Amino acid sequence: MTEPMMKPPKRNLGPVKWMRTHLFSNWYNSLLTLAVGYLLVTSVGPLLNWLILDATFLGNGPDDCVGAGACWLFVKQRLNFFIYGFYPDELQWRVDVMFALLAVAFVPQFIERFPGRKWLGIFGITGLPIIGYVLIPGGVLGLEEVGSSKWGGLMLTLILAYIGILASLPIGVLLALGRRSDMPIIRGLCVVFIEVWRAVPLITVLFMASVMLPLFLPDGVSFEKLVRALIGITLWQSAYMAEVIRGGLQAIPRGQYEAAGALGLGYWRKMGLVILPQALKLVIPGIVNTFISLFKDTTLVLIIGLFDILGAVQSTIADPAWQNVAIEGYVFVAFCFWVFCFGISRYSQNLERKLDTGHKT
Amino acid sequence: MKSMRSVAFGMACVAGALTTTSVFAATTLESVKEKGHLQCGVTSGLPGFSQPDEKGAWTGIDVDTCRAVAAAIFGDAKAVEFTPLTAKERFTALQSGEIDMLSRNTTWTLTRDVSLGLNFAGVNYYDGQGFLVNKDIGVDDATQLDGATVCIQAGTTTELNLSDYFRTKGMEFKPIVFDTSEQTVQGFAAGRCDVLTSDRSQLAALRSKLTDPSSAKILPNTISKEPLGPVVRQGDDQWFNIVKWVLSVQINAEELGITMANADEMLKSDNPSVQRLLGTDGDMGAKLGLPDDFGHAIVKQVGNYAEMYDRNVGPDTALGLERGINALWTDGGILYAPPVR
Repeated sequence: MTEPMMKPPKRNLGPVKWMRTHLFSNWYNSLLTLAVGYLLVTSVGPLLNWLILDATFLGNGPDDCVGAGACWLFVKQRLNFFIYGFYPDELQWRVDVMFALLAVAFVPQFIERFPGRKWLGIFGITGLPIIGYVLIPGGVLGLEEVGSSKWGGLMLTLILAYIGILASLPIGVLLALGRRSDMPIIRGLCVVFIEVWRAVPLITVLFMASVMLPLFLPDGVSFEKLVRALIGITLWQSAYMAEVIRGGLQAIPRGQYEAAGALGLGYWRKMGLVILPQALKLVIPGIVNTFISLFKDTTLVLIIGLFDILGAVQSTIADPAWQNVAIEGYVFVAFCFWVFCFGISRYSQNLERKLDTGHKT
Repeated sequence: MKSMRSVAFGMACVAGALTTTSVFAATTLESVKEKGHLQCGVTSGLPGFSQPDEKGAWTGIDVDTCRAVAAAIFGDAKAVEFTPLTAKERFTALQSGEIDMLSRNTTWTLTRDVSLGLNFAGVNYYDGQGFLVNKDIGVDDATQLDGATVCIQAGTTTELNLSDYFRTKGMEFKPIVFDTSEQTVQGFAAGRCDVLTSDRSQLAALRSKLTDPSSAKILPNTISKEPLGPVVRQGDDQWFNIVKWVLSVQINAEELGITMANADEMLKSDNPSVQRLLGTDGDMGAKLGLPDDFGHAIVKQVGNYAEMYDRNVGPDTALGLERGINALWTDGGILYAPPVR
């Protein structure tokens, strides 16, 4: 005799069950659920109203922003400035080309089966900077010269972050290896370099680069503020990078070094073929973390008068023609940063999954 | 070896980026002519003085002062590039030769004039510190402000002027300090303070940022002198003279009634002062090392002082400033330029 299978009582089924276990499992969880629910209901509506429903998107000028919502018209009208800074209109195609190449090189990295994506990635860190070095400043190959004082906005933020990231990784690797070297002078130099740069706030570095450095340079020698800032950012960042990578090097068991040695590999091949690939794989989260923080730290160039995206926005919200557009401006900047940082973070998660660094399986 | 490589890499970067300029080798005028443009230091965003507009072009009275100098040298007001500078960087940038002249809302004081190796080449705007008050507190004069809470922006001379003023009047105040001017206005709007203090040229702009601008008014008192003007490096008198006389030409042009619109027509004028200013008579330009028609180029392309003022800070702009003491001496102001002769 088999009893017909009875369904469990309704309260143990589906959404009701889910809610009972996850939201209302006991009295304080119920209370928290209600409180959070209340907050969501009261805040999401007004937020949506401000962001979209009551917001002004179309119009010709400040007078059209009369609604209670956000004035996105302001961002729209100043978008060109926020992206290109003072870069001349008729030459902006050069920046557009760089944006396109950047996308071509890195967007495929998110698509597992994209053909030749490895080569696109390699192009992104070798060919792309070279093309950028020619295209953005111009002055060669018949391209009209555009001085760095005209660069700004998102483009400048990306240049600062990209060069900072690209240059600090190799320097960081060398410094990390140097710090673990057996040669006392090399080790000493690397330790001093890392400890000095890492102990100084980035603001100080930028100030030194923009205010003090020009006074120390010999007469008749000057180089542009942007380059000074870039060198400062790169050196500062490479000290951080070195310590992250050193963490990875220390995590590699001694046996790996000895095994590589036993195979007769010299120092560089031992490091390049055996140790570094494992060490770098281990510290991907740390490296990406440093990249993201560098990306956001580039906004500090604002204090030395460079118009990165935040600087561009801050200088325009002071415009008396527009009433109180500060929040719109800052929300726009936050959104831009979020897009890029989230992109970097997703990429690193892809990479980790592919390289299986979590050793989950 | 490894650190040596990183050092070598760094040095290669530096060497690659080095550009030798002949700022110190030649006179400033020669080096500017060689570069083909004037490099001018401005603020990174101050309404009416220097601010990028929606097309990314610099506008403002300080910016126009630079353009006038470029027009005088090259006959082309566009031959100028701007370096936005923070308050802390501005003098270093000039001293180190990164810029040729500084036109950045800079107050002419004795200390700055004598101890920084710089020269102030004149005044393009006479400013002073003032107060914006909430109408509700019923104050008509700054002497009634005893015990008031005051919103100030941190790190400016405004703070010092304010405490000087209250001390000499034997009054007390409670400062509330903010980091940026935007926050200062927000603090004022939120009722954190009764009074907001800043340079008078900025008060109207700050007031327009309030949700209800009519709820606040600007007091008539001016508690400090802030003569703002272009600055050049000390030790190059020719360059100093050029910047000084470009400004004087603009003021004289207003006095003589020469405008952007009638500059060409005025070339036919038989008034000797006009002829000398526009270069149809005499060799005023040559004396400065400039083309003789430099005055014509300035007025034609940038305008006389009144046009420069009205365009950037005048009554019809968002700042809405009356000429006040910035009017010509003949109109009750204190603008008095030495004659071009």
